[in-house]
Amino acid sequence: MGDMVVVRKEGLYCVPGDFYIDPWRPVDRAVITHAHGDHARVGHGHYLAAAPGVGVLRSRLGDISVDGLAYGETVVHNGVTISLHPAGHVLGSAQVRMECGGEVWVASGDYKVEPDRTCAPFEPVRCDTFITESTFGLPIYRWSPEQQLMNEINAWWRKNADEGRCSVVFAYSFGKAQRILSGLDTGIGQIVCHGSVEPLNRAYRAEGVYIPPTVLVSDIDKAALRRAIVVAPPSASGSPWMKRFGDYSDAFASGWMLLRGARRRRGVDRGFVLSDHADWPGLMSAIKATQAERVIVTHGSIPILVRWLCQNGLDASGFDTEYGDGEEDESAPPAGAAAEREAPLAEKEQAPVPEKGQAPVPGDADA
Amino acid sequence: MREFARLYADLDETTSTTRKLDALQAYFASAAPENAAWAVYFLAGGKPRQAVPTKLLRQFAIEYAGLDEWLFDESYHAVGDFAETIAHILPPPTERSDTGLAVWMEERIGPLRGADPGRIREALFAYWNELDWRERFLLVKLIGGGFRVGVSKLLVTRALAAIAAVDSKLIAQRLMGWTDGRVKPTAGGFLQLIAEQSPEEHKLRGGQPYPFFLSHQLSADPVGDPAALGEVDDWLVEWKYDGIRAQLVRRDGQNFVWSRGEDLITERFPELASVSIPDGTVLDGEVLIWQPDSVMPAPFADLQKRIGRKTLSAKLLAELPAVLCCYDLLELDGVDLRHLPQHERRALLEVEVAKFDSPRLRLSPLVVADSWEALAQLREGSRARGVEGMMLKARSAQYGVGRTKDVGIWWKWKIDPYAVDAVLLYAQPGSGRRASLYTDYTFAVWDGEGQERRLVPFAKAYSGLTDAEIAQVDNAIRRTTIEKFGPVRSVKPTMVFEIGFEGIALSPRHKAGIAVRFPRILRRRQDKPVEEADTLDMLKDLLGAGAT
Repeated sequence: MGDMVVVRKEGLYCVPGDFYIDPWRPVDRAVITHAHGDHARVGHGHYLAAAPGVGVLRSRLGDISVDGLAYGETVVHNGVTISLHPAGHVLGSAQVRMECGGEVWVASGDYKVEPDRTCAPFEPVRCDTFITESTFGLPIYRWSPEQQLMNEINAWWRKNADEGRCSVVFAYSFGKAQRILSGLDTGIGQIVCHGSVEPLNRAYRAEGVYIPPTVLVSDIDKAALRRAIVVAPPSASGSPWMKRFGDYSDAFASGWMLLRGARRRRGVDRGFVLSDHADWPGLMSAIKATQAERVIVTHGSIPILVRWLCQNGLDASGFDTEYGDGEEDESAPPAGAAAEREAPLAEKEQAPVPEKGQAPVPGDADA
Repeated sequence: MREFARLYADLDETTSTTRKLDALQAYFASAAPENAAWAVYFLAGGKPRQAVPTKLLRQFAIEYAGLDEWLFDESYHAVGDFAETIAHILPPPTERSDTGLAVWMEERIGPLRGADPGRIREALFAYWNELDWRERFLLVKLIGGGFRVGVSKLLVTRALAAIAAVDSKLIAQRLMGWTDGRVKPTAGGFLQLIAEQSPEEHKLRGGQPYPFFLSHQLSADPVGDPAALGEVDDWLVEWKYDGIRAQLVRRDGQNFVWSRGEDLITERFPELASVSIPDGTVLDGEVLIWQPDSVMPAPFADLQKRIGRKTLSAKLLAELPAVLCCYDLLELDGVDLRHLPQHERRALLEVEVAKFDSPRLRLSPLVVADSWEALAQLREGSRARGVEGMMLKARSAQYGVGRTKDVGIWWKWKIDPYAVDAVLLYAQPGSGRRASLYTDYTFAVWDGEGQERRLVPFAKAYSGLTDAEIAQVDNAIRRTTIEKFGPVRSVKPTMVFEIGFEGIALSPRHKAGIAVRFPRILRRRQDKPVEEADTLDMLKDLLGAGAT
């Protein structure tokens, strides 16, 4: 039997099942690992996603035909047994397990192995072939425990508040923003969310995830703003929207902030190394836990991870995918803030204040 | 180490001068003097010799991390900084220590110099295992001799002045020579640095120079119009020489020659070491190679031949004689003259240089003209005189500290650089802020005719582009890559840039047969097709234009 999953011009394709995983071109049947713009695109005939992620998917893609599958529940399609397992990346993120003729393949989507209060933890799934992401596929990437990062963020916020300065943290609207929100110390001040973050907060709360009380900037008075923390997408940086915060201190939360060069390029006061992707030890432990003998590497450091895995006795190869070109996830290193200011961004062009639930979503313009 | 690492992080994480100053003051107020002394040494630009060869650092880091060389190299390319790469690839420490910076430098890092590899390995493994990544980063920087921090010496001076509650000019004065590596930073030294002003201040000076007064660039736009500076009579005008800025200090019967980088370069210039001037004299000027019978100085390339040489043969000294072209007098009979106005110091300088009557000490002549227009016209002849343009010094200017304007001002009014349009041929990623972006380029010009016409590389340059332009060029490089050689990519010739440079000389070592000085990107020429870039012949024509 040939490979169960191959790359086609539309996306990753399950051959016996005749469906796609996170396709980048319109197809009939798509299994979606999570709702970030580069993985979940509009225009497919039918969607299958993990039940906790359906709300977010709908809020971003609008009126689509979608089935939600509980984690671990199975469904058989064209002789392929499909089940979805937590990937620990964002709310509703899933690894796709496919079993056919006694062989098991798992496509990871994006994942991280550390605990995250806002979504179900990563679950290792035994398989023969594991398709893994490799966003941070270099041994320099090692994350500190989440609590340590949250302590740093809260300490920074408190210091700014005590000095009467507003704190602005740039984080991707979906996932990273809620993860930060869930760890903020509400005793310090009020929490303001950018218009593109708020609809996702609603989707998280609807799934029973704790997100502390948040307000829009229009709902807070000037004095309170000086003690407040603002959570906004990276593209808000340098936009006129920022003017109202006066003398603020800014920070960017992303795994890329580990490197001084990336942080200086970003031009923010602080870089918090907080990622929703697996670090190098995370990738290694996740791959090992699957017990897979064959590993296929997608978006990120494909050649490096492939070479390292081969060297360590695995049958490894790469898939060229179109993930990671979105602006709303960490999949690609951030461009310089200055470059970003001068380049017209999709988000800015379509970013009027969002109406109930149907937020225009950063980075989705090309979907 | 922990508090120094904290300080480093604070300085590194903000671009705000106020916050940097706060961080420095907080550190100096709390650090033990022996640690603060070393911190001053590093912050003021001190560069200790490398204690462990890079090769060994790399080898032991790879071993400690359990990685392969190629994986280390890939990591390095992503990070763009050697010490930072090592800091991140090592597994987390299992122990924690907090040993002071002085102990680190004197007892832990110092003894590694020249130690056998086995001993170095054992030491590094132990040190790495007790430090977090920030501290490891600093450790490797301190060991490798590549420590740099985004804070100016002026700011360090201000922070120390605030702690000591004395004038920052006095601190700047005391700081002279701190970083030249001859004197070990000590607690006593630090306490002296921040002590109250003493009447003995002058005696403590030894052979130290004064802080150099630096000039400001006169904006090139509108080109050649310094009329905004007021009356031409209020300015003393001199040629701007292209040599090594230096102070010749005579104290305690000995000559000291200091470069602007505060390196003692006396031994490099024996002719200046032996020149006879009275005790308690300090001259400011430019070291140049100047043939006795020549009306103009030799090009910088000749001076470079002198600097590059370890031993100076009698033949070389005879072929390339050095002089100090004097333009300021800072001390006479042991008295500090820096508070005098420029024209008074100038008058004294003229008298003294005439008295010295040494062919090694030339007086930098004044350029006199009755209008800015006339000066501008004279300036056009700069290249033919072997100079870079003019210096405009306010008649009333005191001799300030560093690049300041508070007690007087010096302007440099340079001629426009040479410029050619060249084609981008190779690119490699930058480091630091530009890591993983293609920012270092090799440029080529056309050589030959017809079928034989090909691009010959002649200069490497970076900087000069905005972040937005870098992003565009980076993108284009990735799209037009032909081949990769390690971190270097060769690209399809599609992009033309205007490349500026200060001088040009024949060079058998370069493929193109010429070498240019201070090449940099002036702008991208998107209007110009590759075929219309300039030629090697055009470059060679510049050789004759008084540029060599």
